[in-house]
Order: sequence, then C-alpha cells, then structure tokens
Amino acid sequence: MIKVVRGFYAIAEAVRLSRPNVIAAYPITPQTEIVENLAEMYANGELGDAEYVTAESEFGAASMILGASAAGARAFTATSSQGLLLMTEVLYNAAGMRLPIVLVVANRAVSAPLSIWNDIQDSISIRDAGIIQLYVESNQEAHDMIPLAFKVAENKDVLLPFMICVDGFKLTHAYEPVDLLDQETVDKFLPPYNPVVKLDVNNPVAMGCYAPPPYYMEFRAAMEFAMDRARDVMLKEFEEWYKLTKRNWGGHVVADYCEDAEIVVVTMGSIVSLIRGVINQMRKDGMKVGLLKIRTYRPFPSDEVRDALKNADKVIVIDRALSIGAEPPLSADVKSAVLGNDLEFHSVIAGLGGRDVPRELVEKIIRDVAEGRAKPGKRFEGLNEFEEVIP
Amino acid sequence: MSLFGPGHGACPGCGFPIAVREALDALDGKVIAVNATGCLEIVSSMYGRNTWGVPYIHSIFENSAAVAAGIEVALKALKRENEAHVVVFAGDGATFDIGIGTLSGMMDRNHNVIYICYDNEAYQNTGNQQSMATPMGAATTTTPVGKNMPGKMGRKKDMVEIAVAHGIPYAASASIAYPKDFNRKVKRASEIKGSKYIQVHCPCVTGWGIDGKLTVEVAKLAVETGLYPLVEYENGKLVRVRKLKKRKSVEEYLKIQRRFRHLFKHPMGKDVLEELQRIADENARKYGLDA
Repeated sequence: MIKVVRGFYAIAEAVRLSRPNVIAAYPITPQTEIVENLAEMYANGELGDAEYVTAESEFGAASMILGASAAGARAFTATSSQGLLLMTEVLYNAAGMRLPIVLVVANRAVSAPLSIWNDIQDSISIRDAGIIQLYVESNQEAHDMIPLAFKVAENKDVLLPFMICVDGFKLTHAYEPVDLLDQETVDKFLPPYNPVVKLDVNNPVAMGCYAPPPYYMEFRAAMEFAMDRARDVMLKEFEEWYKLTKRNWGGHVVADYCEDAEIVVVTMGSIVSLIRGVINQMRKDGMKVGLLKIRTYRPFPSDEVRDALKNADKVIVIDRALSIGAEPPLSADVKSAVLGNDLEFHSVIAGLGGRDVPRELVEKIIRDVAEGRAKPGKRFEGLNEFEEVIP
Repeated sequence: MSLFGPGHGACPGCGFPIAVREALDALDGKVIAVNATGCLEIVSSMYGRNTWGVPYIHSIFENSAAVAAGIEVALKALKRENEAHVVVFAGDGATFDIGIGTLSGMMDRNHNVIYICYDNEAYQNTGNQQSMATPMGAATTTTPVGKNMPGKMGRKKDMVEIAVAHGIPYAASASIAYPKDFNRKVKRASEIKGSKYIQVHCPCVTGWGIDGKLTVEVAKLAVETGLYPLVEYENGKLVRVRKLKKRKSVEEYLKIQRRFRHLFKHPMGKDVLEELQRIADENARKYGLDA
C-alpha cells in the first residue's frame, strides 16, 4: 500500500514487520523518531511479544542487543553520530562474537564542531568493524532493506551485524511515497530467527572467550571469509526480494550509462538521486557521463566497481566523509578496485555537516572535469573561503 | 560436570573461585553467567579451556549489566524466563568504576538479574591498580607509597548504598569467609524478582600481599573489625547484619597485609590508621554491628 510517510516511520514500520524480539535504544537526533515510532508501537501492543527497552546510553543499548542476540533473540537498535561512536566498542565486540544484530544509522556528522546535520562520517568511521554496511538512496529502499538485513545477517554463512545507513534529515525526516510492506509478504521472505548457538542451560556454551595468539588470528580471518560469503548471500536475497516485491534495487552497485561513459561519478546515499537527475539531463545534452551508485560498502564490491569503470577515462568519486590525512574513504576503496587502470581520478569531498550540494554544484563538478578545468586529485567542493584560525 | 572448574587458572588462595562456586551451587546451576573482563574472566574462559559448566558470556569490561539486561529481556520475549537466573560476575573495577553507568541503568529498569560483584579492592587482573573500591591507605601501583603519599587517599565507595538508592528489591554485602551466609544471600536473591546486588569481599593474594593460606582468615578479619560490614537490604530496609561479639581493632586486619604495612611506619600512616578505625566505628554505629 503506497502511503506518503516520513523516513523514520517507513523504517520503524519495516522493523515491526520483521518481528524483532528485542529493541533497545537511546534517542539521538536525527534518529530519535525511529525509536519513538517503535516505542509508540510497543505502547499500543503492535510489536507482538517483543520487548522494547529504553537504555541509559547508546553504549547500554548496543550492549543490551548484544546480550539479547546471544540469548537467541532477533534484536534491533538505531542511532546516529556520537551515539554510534559511543556504541563502537560494543559493535566491534558483537561482530567478533558473530551476532546478527541489525541497526539503522541515521547518518549525521560527528563532533567537533557539534553538528546535527548530515554526512556519513559516523558509519564510515566503523567500516572496519566487521559489520555489513548498506547505504540507501530513498526511504523505500530503507524500508525494503530492513527485512533483508535480518535475513542476510542471520544466514549461517554470514552471521555478522548488518547496518543500514540512511541519510539523517534528508531521508529520515523527508516525506516520500513509500509502498509499505504487509506482514504476509515479510513473513514469506523472512523466517523466524533460528540461531546456530545461543545461551541455553540445556546446552551450555561459552561465548566471548579470549583467544591467545595461536587462536586469535583465525577468528579474525573467519570474519573476513564470512564477509566475503555475504557478497553472494546478499545478491541472492536482492534477487529474492525483487521476485517477491517486483522492486529491483540492483546488486551491490547500480551502474547507469557506464558502458559507454567517458566520465563516471561514483557515490552513495541520498545524493545519488540528485546526481542521477543531473546525469540524465547531461546525457540528453549529449555528454558521455555515467553514474555508479554504491549500495553495499562493506563488503566492498571491488569486482563490480572495476567492471563498471572498465570503459571510463575519468572518475569522480564524491565522498561525504574524510579520512583526515589520507585519501577520502570511498575514493580510496574505488582506487584500490581499479588499480592498474589508466584513469584520471578526481576525489571530491562535498556535503559535510549538512552543507548543501545543489544541482548547480554537481553540474559544475562534472563540467570542470569534462572540460579539463579540474586538476586530478583530492579537493573540496562547496567550501566557503575562510581564514584558518590556529588557536 | 562441575559448574566451575577444575582447570581454572586462579592463584592458589584466590578468593573469588569460592564465591563463584557457592553462587552456582546456590542456584543449582540454573544460571546464565555474564562475566565482565577481569581476573575471573581471564582465569576461566580461554578459548578451548573454558571452565564454566553453565552457559557463559563475556562481552567487554564495562557492559556486563547491560548484556545481562539484554539476556533477561530476550528470555522474556522468547518465553524462556523460567529457564535460568541471569547472573553477573564482575569485579570491583567493572562495577564501582568503568561499568557503573550500565549497572545504574540495569538497576533503574529493575531487570530481573542477580549482579554479583567480587570485590578484591583494586584492578588485580592488570596488577593491582587502585579502584574506587580500594580502601584508604592501601598501596597500589597507581597509589604507591612515597614521601608525599601513604597509599590511596580518599575512602572506599559505598556501592551497596548506591545500589539501595536505586530502589532495587535486594542488596547485600558478603564475604568468602562466610560461604554459608553468601550462599543463603544468593538463594534469597533468587527468590526475589527484580535487580539484586550482592557484593562479596574476595581477598587477592598478590595484590594484597598475603599468604595464600590466610585468605579466609584475612577476609574474616575485614568483617570482624567492622571494615567490611555484612549487611542485607530488602526493599530499601536493612533486614539483617552480622553482629560482632567483640569487634577487633582495624590494625589486626591491616598488619598482616603488605598493601597496608607502610602505615605503621610512614609519617602520615598514623592519621590514616586513625581514619580507618574511625570508618570501622562509623560502620559499627550505622549498622549496629556491636552485639
């Protein structure tokens, strides 16, 4: 049923339909309304037998869903920015313990300076934790990916946490028409969680043992192998989802016009829609430009990226996060995927802390590259002139 | 199968294995154990050499209370709440200091969890650094004895009272010198729904500088001097204390431990000894310890 709803509702509703057993959460802008919606559903008895717990902090929320998952529950939380950073120690631990928790990150800049506005520095900063990361472009995509996240995370070949990254405000607070799933469809797709191991007095196991040097490395390597297996598991579930809902979100990447494009723009998140509009227009004007939307960021789809960029002459990667002192994160990953290709490479940093990226700026970024005005390498776009004050 | 050990790697004379065994026995092994990072975790949970006979989870240092809370709500949601008691075993570092936030959250929401703090009065796993449970005057590696410092300044945090202040239904202190008393307290806790906090005094042979065969004797003296009063609260009311026929002077407890030995010769030692005796007297008055 198509309804015009706000992003946080579309997310909360998909969580409800995924029949979680435990939700633990701590509010933070711009995520708050997701868990407020879930709290309301809980208060109204719409979450079945699920338990909803208000944590004392994001750290507590993450720890509670870790415990709940270890006990055999399907567990969910949502957070943003500082909240995600506060969860970080627990999330690394949950990934290492191979607990298939699902979380939504309403992407927000990190402090300092304090900013409640959107970029993706928060989720990017824990890309190495062993958590699957998927960045969505729209609220429909966010809605659809939640049951899929549980299914992939809980797959016995994967067993890793799954993070759905949704741009704060730009998506979470936006009204969009969303074709809301019904319970029957979700139940058909997502079976109840059946853990391989759980805390159970009838079959005692020890979880979270420490590993001395003869064992530690194998545990970590196993995470890498599981993340690799997740690639195929995800592709299979994307396909299943398409068959079931007739909504095709593509694979790990979505390539528009990349076959014959001379310039390809690579990026992820809600900014993709804007760039697609610009590129569609430029195509009509006869420019050979293409778009590569990255959906799955971890595991990074190197093969798909290399394939999509094989015919390109110039690549523009738009990053909305920094790795201060190095190549911006997405740009670094794309570069490593196309190593050896003869490409003119532009690493553009834009849209940090809610800085608007207007259509005109996107057009300028592409035209500057097309017309040879931009020097290859790393640069900021949309940056005001300012005097650096050294305190 | 034994519920705890054999095969754990605790030092000969270590106090906490007594507490862990008593607690697991008191609950007939109907336990899901949540263990904070610390001595107990390190000596019992190496991969391939786990010594626990009950389901066991260790996450990180400061989140045991929240992990236990998550397990408890999961069991409720899955209609398995009668399957086991969720029991935390955490040291004083994990409890008094780094994990007090999640513990406060757990007690505030009154999760049905038995939280057992094995109190060995410093970060003993990492080699005797001070915690907020370290008593005044104790020498630790971060509160060493020097010209200007007679060991730890400031007094031990009263975690039992902090637990009581949360309005939880049961809070108690205990000692491994009185295993039957501790066993009874764990059993009593298991009969009550909601959050239970039990703090059990467990001497540390290496950190305290005592002979391994004196563990029980030292723990007993802590109680007999009034420095470690054994108290029991139900619903905020003090319901029971261990009375002392003839309370001993704190010096009897202090002089047999290396961590306090300097107090008898350091220029500032006399003041500290007086203050420790004053704390014991205050405990005696507050809880009516003197029979």
